[in-house]
Amino acid sequence: MLPALLIILVASALLGYRVISAVPPLLHTPLMSGMNALSGINVIGAVAVFATVPEGSGGWAAAALVLASVNVFGGFWVTERMLRMFHGKERESEVEEAPWN
Amino acid sequence: MELTILFSALVLAGFLLGIHLMQSPRTALWGNRLGALSMMVAVIWAFLAADGGDGRLFYVLIFAGLGAAGGIALGQTVRMIHMPQTVALLNGLGGASSALVAWAVVLTYTGEGAGMLFWATSGLAVAVGSLTLGGSFIAVAKLQGLVFQQPIQVKDHGYILRLLILACAFFIALNMAFLGLYSSSYVPLIALLGLLSGVFMALRIGGADMPIVISLLNSFSGVAASVTGLVVENLILTGTGALVGVAGLILTRIMCRAMNRSLVAVLTGFIPRARTAVSTGQQEEERAFPKDEVEDIESPGHPIGEEAAEEAEGEKGKLIEGERPGEPAAVGDAAEETAEPPAETPAETVEERRISEADLPALLQEAARVIIVPGYGMAVAQAQQAVRQLIDALEQHGKEVKIAIHPVAGRMPGHMNVLLAEVGIDYEKLLDMDAVNPLFASADLAIIVGACDVVNPSANQEEGTPISGMPIINAEQAKHVIVCNLDDSPGYSGVENLLYRQPHVVTLWGDAAETVPRLTALLEENQTSTD
Repeated sequence: MLPALLIILVASALLGYRVISAVPPLLHTPLMSGMNALSGINVIGAVAVFATVPEGSGGWAAAALVLASVNVFGGFWVTERMLRMFHGKERESEVEEAPWN
Repeated sequence: MELTILFSALVLAGFLLGIHLMQSPRTALWGNRLGALSMMVAVIWAFLAADGGDGRLFYVLIFAGLGAAGGIALGQTVRMIHMPQTVALLNGLGGASSALVAWAVVLTYTGEGAGMLFWATSGLAVAVGSLTLGGSFIAVAKLQGLVFQQPIQVKDHGYILRLLILACAFFIALNMAFLGLYSSSYVPLIALLGLLSGVFMALRIGGADMPIVISLLNSFSGVAASVTGLVVENLILTGTGALVGVAGLILTRIMCRAMNRSLVAVLTGFIPRARTAVSTGQQEEERAFPKDEVEDIESPGHPIGEEAAEEAEGEKGKLIEGERPGEPAAVGDAAEETAEPPAETPAETVEERRISEADLPALLQEAARVIIVPGYGMAVAQAQQAVRQLIDALEQHGKEVKIAIHPVAGRMPGHMNVLLAEVGIDYEKLLDMDAVNPLFASADLAIIVGACDVVNPSANQEEGTPISGMPIINAEQAKHVIVCNLDDSPGYSGVENLLYRQPHVVTLWGDAAETVPRLTALLEENQTSTD
């Protein structure tokens, strides 16, 4: 399992670097809140642990589950709200904002 | 096994594609939804895989439901000006949940069958997770105004911080060496030390430095998740954590550049805010306690040594008068020009007179190309709506309007863009520093609203100030400049703003929520009188 884990780790980091670098500063705040949502991926770790820990000692996993769910739902929700603001009304023309000179 | 790898790669590809769609505001919304969908698939799959049929997973739904309710309530109600603390809070929760997952796994191990690697990664996950929680806790408290915005520094602060981190690393190593034999006492200790490290790290950071801290903690929350993924041997968790970690690092680097800091200095805990501000060559001023930007904007008081500064500034002002305002000079050239004696362009010096408030109607009337430079002071004054009305009015009068956004104009990366989008300002008018700077040379008017350090020409004209070398918005190069700041006190850096004293600059001190509408009113009056 370890080689697969390390490969995924490195591949995600490299691909992530490429993709994330291309996000314009305009959207950096939504990007961050989106990343908050992604860090809620701990939910799947918490679920796995919750299912395996001995009966009655799932307290930590339960707490992790609650916190990670806040991340997932809060993160995606607020990102959606923000991006809607950028979406705004439909553009009339695409070339209207030509650069100066 | 193969199925797991394939599925994990698919989920991660979903996340990556989602981020890829964030490259344009037009597709970003779908990117976010794709991310949410991928997350949902991953969670359902984890749920089904973990289900042992003993009904225990029923509780998972309850706990997840609790968190979901909290998350949605937060996401729906938070105001855009509070995004920095929201993101900081979520960073902290992410770190905490990583630490808790790792901790829970450790509890179930009895020291048998787990190798050194397991104890190394689990210790690290607990440490980084709790460090993220501790740092975020302080960041939220500061941003929310619950504790002092000023950097809080105790005696030997850096020393204590390094000691805490070292102690934390020591116990991780010890736990590893004993193969978790004493993990029941070491792991809580690691968590505590991590928490304290985070608290100490964030305590000494002031309000305007928050963009760096938030980005860094964002990265840490990802690293914690990634390491936790190694602990529980989950591919998706490892990969997604790496994505978040990289994103945070990229943003941290951008913020560091924009604020003239090195990443290494931030990572080692050195954020030297207390330094010597050199505003002219001969005049030096000690600022033991840098004032926070918010404080600056809210307090009408002037900095100490104002008179001395003024005296010295007078000379500087004369020097600059020799330079023709609005001259399309490159940044480097501008620096050289001011260094030269004023005798170079004597004819223009005679023509030049300082423009004043009386010139405002004419300035507004005649300008065809206007660039607005908002800073965090605008958000503090709640003047976004006023700025929007000004933009609308300017455009109604046939003027071209652009908005110049400095990377650290807000309290987190991209914050200013969100604040302006919230009041319905078209994002296509929002230009990044690099895109907007070449435009100032041909701009008739720059209107600065609540921004100080990011437009201070000292950054590229003087050596030895805290902002020397910091990339700035070249508002100075516009033909005329109107400044709508609260007062003439220096910004967060403590460096006197040379811009205020230049002859082509009009300053309107006061609450931007009042001064900006005055400009709008002037423009409207003007129009009716000339009709």
